[in-house]
Amino acid sequence: MQYSEIMVRYGELSTKGKNRQSFIGRLNGNVAKALHEFPGLTIRPKRDRLHIELNGEDADAVMARLSQVFGIQSFSPSLAVEKDMTKVHEQVLALMNETVPEGSSYKVNTRRSDHEFELDTNAMNLDVGDFLSDARPDLVVKMKDPDFILRVEVRREAIFLSTTTIKGAGGLPVGTAGKAMLMLSGGIDSPVAGYYALKRGVEIEMVHFFSPPYTSDNALAKAKELTAKLAPYVGGIKFIQVPFTEVQEEVKAKVPEGYLMTVQRRMMLRLTEAIAQQRDGLAIFNGESVGQVASQTLESMAAINDVTTMPIIRPVATMDKNEIIAVAEDIDTYDLSIMPFEDCCTIFAPPAPKTRPKTDRARYYETKIDVDGLMARALEGIKITEIKASDQFMNQATDLIAELL
Amino acid sequence: MIYFDNSATTKALPEVLDTYRKVSEDFFANPSSLHALGGKADEMLQSARHQIADLIAAKPSEIFFTSGGTEGDNWIIKGTAMAKRQFGKHLITTSIEHPAVINSMKQLEKLGFDVTYLPVDSRGFIHVEDLKAAIRKDTILVSVMGVNNEIGSKQPIAEIGDLLEAYPNIHFHVDAVQAIGKGLMKALRHPRVDFITFSGHKFHAPRGTGFIYAKEGRLIDPLLTGGGQEHDWRSGTENTPAIAAMAKALRLLLSDEDKKVAQQQAVRERIYQHVSQFDNVTMFSQLSDDFAPHVLCFAIEGVRGETTVHAFETHDIYISTTSACSSKKGTESSTLAAMHVRQSIATSAIRVSLDEHNTVAEADAFNAAFDAIYADFQKLNPVNRKETVRAI
Repeated sequence: MQYSEIMVRYGELSTKGKNRQSFIGRLNGNVAKALHEFPGLTIRPKRDRLHIELNGEDADAVMARLSQVFGIQSFSPSLAVEKDMTKVHEQVLALMNETVPEGSSYKVNTRRSDHEFELDTNAMNLDVGDFLSDARPDLVVKMKDPDFILRVEVRREAIFLSTTTIKGAGGLPVGTAGKAMLMLSGGIDSPVAGYYALKRGVEIEMVHFFSPPYTSDNALAKAKELTAKLAPYVGGIKFIQVPFTEVQEEVKAKVPEGYLMTVQRRMMLRLTEAIAQQRDGLAIFNGESVGQVASQTLESMAAINDVTTMPIIRPVATMDKNEIIAVAEDIDTYDLSIMPFEDCCTIFAPPAPKTRPKTDRARYYETKIDVDGLMARALEGIKITEIKASDQFMNQATDLIAELL
Repeated sequence: MIYFDNSATTKALPEVLDTYRKVSEDFFANPSSLHALGGKADEMLQSARHQIADLIAAKPSEIFFTSGGTEGDNWIIKGTAMAKRQFGKHLITTSIEHPAVINSMKQLEKLGFDVTYLPVDSRGFIHVEDLKAAIRKDTILVSVMGVNNEIGSKQPIAEIGDLLEAYPNIHFHVDAVQAIGKGLMKALRHPRVDFITFSGHKFHAPRGTGFIYAKEGRLIDPLLTGGGQEHDWRSGTENTPAIAAMAKALRLLLSDEDKKVAQQQAVRERIYQHVSQFDNVTMFSQLSDDFAPHVLCFAIEGVRGETTVHAFETHDIYISTTSACSSKKGTESSTLAAMHVRQSIATSAIRVSLDEHNTVAEADAFNAAFDAIYADFQKLNPVNRKETVRAI
């Protein structure tokens, strides 16, 4: 069946009052970015719906991309028919035959924006229902909770038919909630936190600490690849790599073992805050989950959080590991996350970190290191790259392999 | 040279060997090594796994690489026995399986397992009713081959799958070594099939490589323990070049599968129509749909199979007695014995087995050679037709 358009229903933004126009504008931009590889499309944002005219592009491929765009409640592939009831009947039958199996229940649901059309809403429902009871006697009409709803939209340009409604990604259009930094390690949790940030409309930039030669190029490539996994939700994500070797060596040399981890994390958070301030970020997201590891007890969080007043948002704070893994699998970051490369959180991990560090102790030990100098040098060494959905970092030999297989 | 012994092994394709050589050179590192070369080798390995999974409509996590059909059969049978022994010790297979299955079962019998060998009818097929009657409360495995390697009978895999829907705890294994690329994917991938054995060298990949399909959620114990490769299911450093070559060979095999099946059917039919006219020939394979397109087994009464094989050899045509695995022992075929074919005829059986590259012209050359060989045999060893009654 060659559909003529995808009709997109907005998510929460229909309730957002005055901001509506900017929300729709942002969603329109995000949809256009997500669908950039289909040049034939025409996207028409309207007050309550967004219409994507396919002009011959493949509906399934377009919908697969669309399902990753936040701010969409649902969408329906639709068939445009000339405003002639004989043609409408013909297409209704073709559509029902293709999409509605024998013996299903259904109802007809008409919306009419063209009030000059000969049939009004009720008359249209009746006419189409009447036609179908003859053409598809196997179907049962059911008003409450039918298997299928045949939607008929009478618009000025044509009549649109659809039987399928696909759930969208929900959430808010990315960018409508402002910008924040995500501390991306390479583990399972931080990409999931990033996904939730994007879902609430936050534009995130990845902050990744790397410590060559203690961490390998693989670890860096893995973090970039994880970023590429989240990129389809936005189009592109900035990846900020922060050199952390000097900080870690200095902390290791000067701070007692029990506080190594706490002080390292305080330095990471300070650096992330500084980067956020430079780049107009309003908050910091991370993948901490209460009690999961020594650095994520409430005592640890308090001792680490002490260095900043910027909001720190922890989307997975109260989730169980299994729940986090389930989401990671859904967004296809899990297999990457479990690849065994040392990251900067594990290389200098003491055998017995304090699970209940004290804030004043952490502050005291920090006086032994040159916080300002270390930070200045780390910030100087920052490298920023823009990562797109199609970018590949882990699998450098892909083309050669495809050729050999 | 006419090679008609493809069920014994196939000739590796030049483009497959090309991949083998290039992967040996450029992806030689151990896929488990942490360095970049290891990562590259691992990427090759996982890409091959992906490709094979896609080709048989499975998930990559359901594909495990082995050294071939024998290992696959041994692993699934013994692995099931080990993993499920607390639930029961009864296994069911058929009396016409490949020795890799039969002898695994025999070994388990020595360990106290109970095995039922289902009989076959005179055409070489098991009956689903017999299977149903054999199932017990303590049955843990049903193992049935997709295509018999000696006569080519296609066993009723889909029907068995339907029957086993009512017995969700029994592992269902299909030995598909002879079934791959023969238009049988739909039956093999019946939703109730839990394990499938494949062997690379039967489809133009190098020797020493194969894979099994193991349905997600179905557990067996490993046979080879060690360094934890293949998610700890099958240890041993992965044979990356052979695996990559096999992935390529499978892709080539399954492209235009229908056309290739039709081609083999045409070659087989050409030979069948010719040799079946002769009085002293008994056909074991049939042209009907329930036989695979590539196997043709028949006997020239009064002449030992081995003699016929050597006679064809002088015409530069290569065939075999029933199966390569038992042919050197000079014993009668186990499949024909299970079909209750009289021993004097069974020992005369020969097998022509085709691949997608064989042609009708080759069939004609075979038929011409057959005429000459047959005439010679009748001179040397005339059979008194009154005394030999056809076995089937």
